[in-house]
Amino acid sequence: MSDMTPADPDGSAMPLLQALGLTKRYGAFVANDTIDLKIWPRQIHALLGENGAGKSTLVKTIYGLIQPSDGELRWQGERIVLSGPSQARGLGIGMVFQHFSLFDNLTVAENVALGLDGKESFKAMSARLAQVARDYGLPLDPKREVWQLSVGERQRIEIVRALMQNPKFLILDEPTAVLTPQEADQLFAVLERLKAEGRAILYISHKLEEVKRLCDTATILRGGKKIATCNPKLETAASLARMMVGAEVKEVKSAGARHVTVPRLVVNDLTLAPDEPHGVRLEHISFELKGGEILGIAGVAGNGQDELFAALSGERRLRDPGTVVIDGIGCGHLSITHRRKLGAAFVPEERLGHGTAPRMKLSENALLTGHAASDMVRHGFVNAPATLRTVDRATEAFDVRKAKRDPEAASLSGGNLQKFIVGREILRTPAVLVVNQPTWGVDAGAAAVIRQALLDLAEAGAAVLVTSQDLDELIEIADRIAVMFHGHLSASLPRAEASREKLGLLMGGSSLDQKEPAHAAGA
Amino acid sequence: MQLVLEKRAERSRTIALVSPLIAIGLTVVTMSILFVILGKNPLAALGAYFIAPLSDSYSLQEIAVKATPLVMIAIGLSLCYLANAWNIGAEGQFLIGAVAGSWIAVKTQGTGAGAWVLPAMLLAGAVAGALYALIPAICRVRFGASEILTSLMLVYVADLLLDYLVRGPWRDPAGFNFPTTAEFDPVATVPLLIEGGRLHLGSIIALAVVACAFVLLARTIKGFEIRVVGAAPRAARFGGFNADQLILLTFAISGALAGLAGIIEVAGPVGHLQPGISPGYGFTAIIVAFLGRLNPIGILIAGLFLALTFIGGEQAQITMKIPLDVTKVFQGILLFYVLACDSLILYRFKLIFASRQVHSGVG
Amino acid sequence: MELVEAIILSVLAASTPLLIAAAGELVTERSGVLNLGVEGMMIVGAACGFGGAWLSGSIAIGALCGILAGTLLSLIFAVMTLGLAVNQVATGLALTILGIGLSGLIGAGFVGERIAPAPHLHIPGLTEIPLVGRILFGEDGFVYLSLALVIGVWWFLYRTRAGLVLRACGDNHVSAHALGYPVLRIRLLAVMFGGACAGLAGAYLPLAYTPFFIPGMTAGRGWIALALVVFASWRPGRLVIGAYLFGAVTILQLHAQGAGIGVPSQLMSALPYLATVVVLVLLSRARTGGSTAPAALGTVFVPDR
Repeated sequence: MSDMTPADPDGSAMPLLQALGLTKRYGAFVANDTIDLKIWPRQIHALLGENGAGKSTLVKTIYGLIQPSDGELRWQGERIVLSGPSQARGLGIGMVFQHFSLFDNLTVAENVALGLDGKESFKAMSARLAQVARDYGLPLDPKREVWQLSVGERQRIEIVRALMQNPKFLILDEPTAVLTPQEADQLFAVLERLKAEGRAILYISHKLEEVKRLCDTATILRGGKKIATCNPKLETAASLARMMVGAEVKEVKSAGARHVTVPRLVVNDLTLAPDEPHGVRLEHISFELKGGEILGIAGVAGNGQDELFAALSGERRLRDPGTVVIDGIGCGHLSITHRRKLGAAFVPEERLGHGTAPRMKLSENALLTGHAASDMVRHGFVNAPATLRTVDRATEAFDVRKAKRDPEAASLSGGNLQKFIVGREILRTPAVLVVNQPTWGVDAGAAAVIRQALLDLAEAGAAVLVTSQDLDELIEIADRIAVMFHGHLSASLPRAEASREKLGLLMGGSSLDQKEPAHAAGA
Repeated sequence: MQLVLEKRAERSRTIALVSPLIAIGLTVVTMSILFVILGKNPLAALGAYFIAPLSDSYSLQEIAVKATPLVMIAIGLSLCYLANAWNIGAEGQFLIGAVAGSWIAVKTQGTGAGAWVLPAMLLAGAVAGALYALIPAICRVRFGASEILTSLMLVYVADLLLDYLVRGPWRDPAGFNFPTTAEFDPVATVPLLIEGGRLHLGSIIALAVVACAFVLLARTIKGFEIRVVGAAPRAARFGGFNADQLILLTFAISGALAGLAGIIEVAGPVGHLQPGISPGYGFTAIIVAFLGRLNPIGILIAGLFLALTFIGGEQAQITMKIPLDVTKVFQGILLFYVLACDSLILYRFKLIFASRQVHSGVG
Repeated sequence: MELVEAIILSVLAASTPLLIAAAGELVTERSGVLNLGVEGMMIVGAACGFGGAWLSGSIAIGALCGILAGTLLSLIFAVMTLGLAVNQVATGLALTILGIGLSGLIGAGFVGERIAPAPHLHIPGLTEIPLVGRILFGEDGFVYLSLALVIGVWWFLYRTRAGLVLRACGDNHVSAHALGYPVLRIRLLAVMFGGACAGLAGAYLPLAYTPFFIPGMTAGRGWIALALVVFASWRPGRLVIGAYLFGAVTILQLHAQGAGIGVPSQLMSALPYLATVVVLVLLSRARTGGSTAPAALGTVFVPDR
């Protein structure tokens, strides 16, 4: 791919920061593979890529949190080796992380103070804080306590904290991931201002419309490698998406005509406020899933997938029974046990602590979900042989590798535990299976087993809902694919029409209608 | 160079088996040092504590009698603690049970009532204990108030109630103004198992409680729910288990057992209601519960062991003039060592050579 | 008038140990650690404090002994909960039981002895002012110390950087660790401070409140101090109000008993404890929005490397 770096806008001879052949290995896994990067002042430089492409690793290396396995960093032409973030900050590199390090019950001023050295007096710092916040149009009341603030306001604290150290180079990691469109606009105004002041900005994102609107340069990573550097303003969202997710069209397994029956899982206008401050509100979600079908829900994590799972499973109950209908029975108000009795089964995203009790044995974890509708419990007594039978059957059918017959859940590797979790649900021959991130963090062999199991289950007539961040996976097994973005669920596309480009656009918040690109940060 | 704590991948089974023994060993060593400081011969003192009480039938029976309330209360507490609900008020529930059961005894005093009296007393004790324990449980479930503090405050209230009753309305008129009720009628007394001995029916009841708890925790779905809700609350929710209901249930059972132990103690070994019927059973039972690792069989063994130290302590006071407080010190130290050694089941130590500094982070 | 003055004086005296112990526990809990062993540390402080004063003839040395005793006990707690990641509730209870036993052992030799109680301030002219003279200018050193302590704690928590960092550890130890602060070391210091205060509060009882030592003389004050911290919503200012309120309930019910009010004395004695339960329930109900307890209170923290 040609390197289309725009000409140095500042007129200076050398880049502010340069990465040369930066490589980071974790054992056999190569997170960053000989990446070259040039950061110039007076530029907003985007770093694009899907989850797992290597963006976080690269950025943490630049900030001094990680030591590279190979390659070097140059700051203003001179080679540097960063021992830690404080040294990076000393040079003038600032970073705003995706996950904030804030203290809910302390005031804004106190939070900022904790992130600084404490060399100036609290009073002086508070005044400077208010000034900086005002200057940049990021209004902050130093006296308010953080728990009262919205996510956008909390992010302002992180940004102002970074700005107060007067950085020459500011890195922002997925800053608009949880912002409303209006808050995102405010942020862009601030970034333009910083750029005009002569600072350099590295903007990590997967949102294409945003990047096109805001950034002067974009470097695209995929699979740990740098794919291209280009000018996003000259590209279309589609071409950017293609670079991000790969142009190779994978062999789509046409599973033959699967016999599709009646609707087994129907969701009607599901709207749900989040029950915690960082949660996502679900907005008017509706879909219908028939027996024999696999519906895939794509989307970057944090767009409401967890909240949807809780509403479907019954961990959060709804007022209107008709919001969730399983095999014709309205169960929006029913408990998870009740829904299991109706034939539903669930696999959550978090294996340890949610899907299983980590320090309990597999047989006990089989009982955890199996007690509702099986022979595991008779007259209040646990039928231990029945729970062990489930463990044995799951082990055999899904090739679960473990050290002994009935070990603790926490002792299994991620892939094997996931095979067990999926297996124990499938063995109950459910009518409806809701799975969240079925193969996240799982080795390729286990992932293949799990995906085949899902296909087989649909073949047997069940309705399967798979939420996943892995587009390859969804394209491989789903009959239809919809995309979640900011709590909304798009209409679903049949697999034949669901190209990577289209899905990438939807995941980034754009609409599929290319004539009118959607608002940058909203759906 | 630094010594740090690191979580293990799986519980260490060897440590789980060996840790109580290490803890006992360390305690014995520490106590020997204490005895030396007190100017007593450590070997003789340890003998008085642990060996002497095992030597004759009478003190063996005493051990069983002393262990009965400890084990019963501790079993109840273990259910609460497994569910991550901290009942610290067992002492108060014990006293309330004693009061409730005694009410029946006092009211039927001298009326020639039939054999229904004792079962009614036991039932009253259990029910009263359960209701008293539900107060802090409801405060936690409905209002979010700390059950540790509320259950504890109610201990003092129960103690004062008992004091009022035995000094006032229930005082034995023929009792020379001592604050005590009259001796209970034989029909209101817990029967002895051996004529002329000390062992009474309460010990059988305690054994039955141990057996029931064992079955509950190991074999029933309810026991499973209790264990999961404490170990992995989010997984428990995923399993469809209701944490609030389980807190209420475990507190009720715990209160019932403590109340039952209370009335058995009053209607058995003591024979009448008076202040100070409990030398801190409710609190010692907390130690028994932890020593027994919140496991019914373990609690039985730990209860017997601590009862042994109580009896041993009394004997050591007589034969070697060692103060009774030493028993409390011993129990506290033993609990510390058990907790410390048990920590190694979940964690291990690691030496870190500081070649890579901890990166001071986000900012 | 004299009765009112006498009542206020006895309320101040009754509240002082509560205030001192609660102030120390407040700092401990603000750092994120729940130490239930206050009663144990107090009672050992009482025994050692009395012993130290009786042996040396000096109240100040007695107070110092009490402080030392409480600090040493709290160190055991710190090693267990911070060094070995042991459950804080169990460890705190063990500490209480150990403390009660130890104090009985240590204090056994001093039962029945008497010492000259802590001297009261006397400023000629000021102390003689009717009604307020003795209250403001005639107290013993501990009372003034307790107020100075609370002011000091308030100033430390809200006006110094170290106090800010401590509060941060109690709010979110993960964030504090991410920002590079030594969470475990800060908590250790907070726990030791709590132990020192509990020891001092315990020593007050045989040194100033009553000039002798009896086993178990703390009578549950340590537990009330724990409840006071909750009552005060972990703020030093409200702690003063709470301590004096509980002191007042304790004293007033004594006077009510003496005045022959027809209610049984035990019911009156039970009032402080019942009041605590009611207050805890009301406070928990009233909490809206952000919780007032340090968010990380009682949770285990094992820093990952």
